Amino acid sequence: MKFQLSVVTLCLLAAGGGAQAADPDLARNLAASCANCHGTDGHAVKGAGLDALAGMDKERTLQKLADFKSGVRPATIMHQIVKGYTDEQIELIANYFATQK
Amino acid sequence: MRTIDRRDFLKAGAAAAALASLGGCAGVGRKAGGHVAVVGGGYGGATVAKYLRLWSQGTVQVTLIERQPNFVSCPLSNLVIGGAATMAELTIGYDRLQTVWGVRLIRDEARAIDPANHRIRLAEGGDIRYDRLVLAPGIDFMWQEIPGLDNDTARSTVLHAWRAGPQTVALRKQLTDLPDGGIYAIAIPKAPYRCPPGPYERACLVAHYFKQHKPRSKVIILDANPEVVSKKALFAKAWSTLYPGIVEYRPNSEVKDIDAAGKTAVLEFDTCKADVLNVIPPQKAGDIAGQSGLRLINGRWVDIDWLTMEASDTPGVHVLGDAVFPAPAMPKSGHLANQHGKLAAAAILRLLAGDAPSQTPLLMNTCYSFVDPRHAMHVASVHRYDPASRLMQPVPGAGGLSVAHNETEGLLALGWAKNIWADTLS
Repeated sequence: MKFQLSVVTLCLLAAGGGAQAADPDLARNLAASCANCHGTDGHAVKGAGLDALAGMDKERTLQKLADFKSGVRPATIMHQIVKGYTDEQIELIANYFATQK
Repeated sequence: MRTIDRRDFLKAGAAAAALASLGGCAGVGRKAGGHVAVVGGGYGGATVAKYLRLWSQGTVQVTLIERQPNFVSCPLSNLVIGGAATMAELTIGYDRLQTVWGVRLIRDEARAIDPANHRIRLAEGGDIRYDRLVLAPGIDFMWQEIPGLDNDTARSTVLHAWRAGPQTVALRKQLTDLPDGGIYAIAIPKAPYRCPPGPYERACLVAHYFKQHKPRSKVIILDANPEVVSKKALFAKAWSTLYPGIVEYRPNSEVKDIDAAGKTAVLEFDTCKADVLNVIPPQKAGDIAGQSGLRLINGRWVDIDWLTMEASDTPGVHVLGDAVFPAPAMPKSGHLANQHGKLAAAAILRLLAGDAPSQTPLLMNTCYSFVDPRHAMHVASVHRYDPASRLMQPVPGAGGLSVAHNETEGLLALGWAKNIWADTLS
C-alpha cells in the first residue's frame, strides 16, 4: 500500500510539468488527426497529390503552417483547418512528424 | 511496414504483461494488454482495429467482426451512380488489416451483446469474450416512417443506395435504363442523417449524366429540410450554372409514404411521380447498437462520453461513427468515423493500462462533394473537447467552405479517398 502511494506521488510530481507532461500521447493523437489526408504517421500514398509529412523538418512544417494561418501561403483548405489548432498543438504535431522515419 | 505473425503476437503479449507488472506512472512505459472486439469494418471500425494494433505495438489483441467480404466506400459512390467510377474502384479487401496489422477477422454478424459478462453473440460463430467492445455498425433505416417500403418488392424498386453496395449498382442500372425525358426524384430525410451533402452531390452527378446522355430528363430533389443542409450556396450555384432546367429543388418536401408500383412519393399536401424514385429513409444507429439497451437520444442515436466514445450508461462498450448522437455541428461522415476510431483507440489503450484517457481530444473533418466528375468542393471543421459541456465543440474561426467548385479540389477529393482508405485499411 505504501509502495502504491509513493508511485501515485511520483506520478503527480511527473505531471507537474503541465498538461503536455500529463499526456504523453498528445502529440501522437494530434498528428493522427492529419493522417486521413497525409497518411498514417505522415506516410501519404505516393502519387495521390497530398504532402507526405513523415520526416519533414520541424521548422519547415512550422513555417508552412504559419503561412497557411496568416494567409501568406495560398491554399484550398489548409488555411481553414490550421486555425483549429493552437500554436502549442502545431508545435507538437510538427515535432512528431519530424521524428517519423 | 512490418508483418506481425502469430508467434510475434504472443511474444509481444508476454512482453506487455511483464511490463505491466512492473507498474509505473500514467502512460509512461505502462503497456496495455487484453482483447478488444470490434463490430463493423467501415471507416470507424477498421480504423479503431488498425490503430489499436499500431499504437499498442501489437500487445492488444483485436478481433474485427464484419459481415461483408470487403470494405466498400460510401464516399465516391455517387460517382458510380453518375457513371464516372466503378464499384471495383471503391472496393478494398481486409487482407492488410490481417497480414500487416495482425487483426483477427471474423466474417459473421453480431446478434447480441452481454456487457455484464463481456460477451458478444455471433449469428454463426458462437460467443466471443472481450475486455472492451467497440460497436461501429453505421446506420439502419427507420422503415416504419415510410409505410409503403414495408416489403422487399417495394424496397427493390424504390432504392435508397445509402449504403454502398448492390443498391449502388441497381440505382445506376435504373438510370441507364431510363429513357430520355424520364424523371429522377431523390428524397432526403430530415437531418441528422448519414453524409449531409451526399444527396445534393448525387443530384449533381445524375444531372451531369442526364446533360451528357439524356438532355430532356430532369432531377427533382424532395428535401424534408427547409433548406439545403450542407454547402447550400455552393450547390445552388452548381445547379443554376451547370444544370439549369435539369435540377429542380423543392424544400419542406418530406416524403410520408410511397406507392412503389406507381413510383410515386406521397408528401403532406402533394404527390410526386417519377420514373426513378430514390428515397433515402430516416436513419438511426445500426441495430446492434440501437437495440442492445444502450442509452439512446431521441430513440435513435447512442449517447456517448466524448472522452472515450463509451456508451454513457454502459462502461466498456464504445460506440463510434454514424451510430452516435452527433456533437454540435458535427456531421455523420466517413472522415469523422475514422477520427472517432483514433480517439477510441487512444482511450481504450489508456483504459486497458489502468490509466485515465486524454482530457483534450481533437477531431477534424473534411467532406468533398463532386458537382461533376472533375470538379469538387469541400466543407471542413475542427472540433475539440469542451469540459464545461462535456461535448466536442467546433473550434471558433476554424474550418470553412470552398469559394467555388474547382478542378484542383476534384483531384484533391480523389487523393483524399486514396489516403483515407490507406489510413483506415492498410
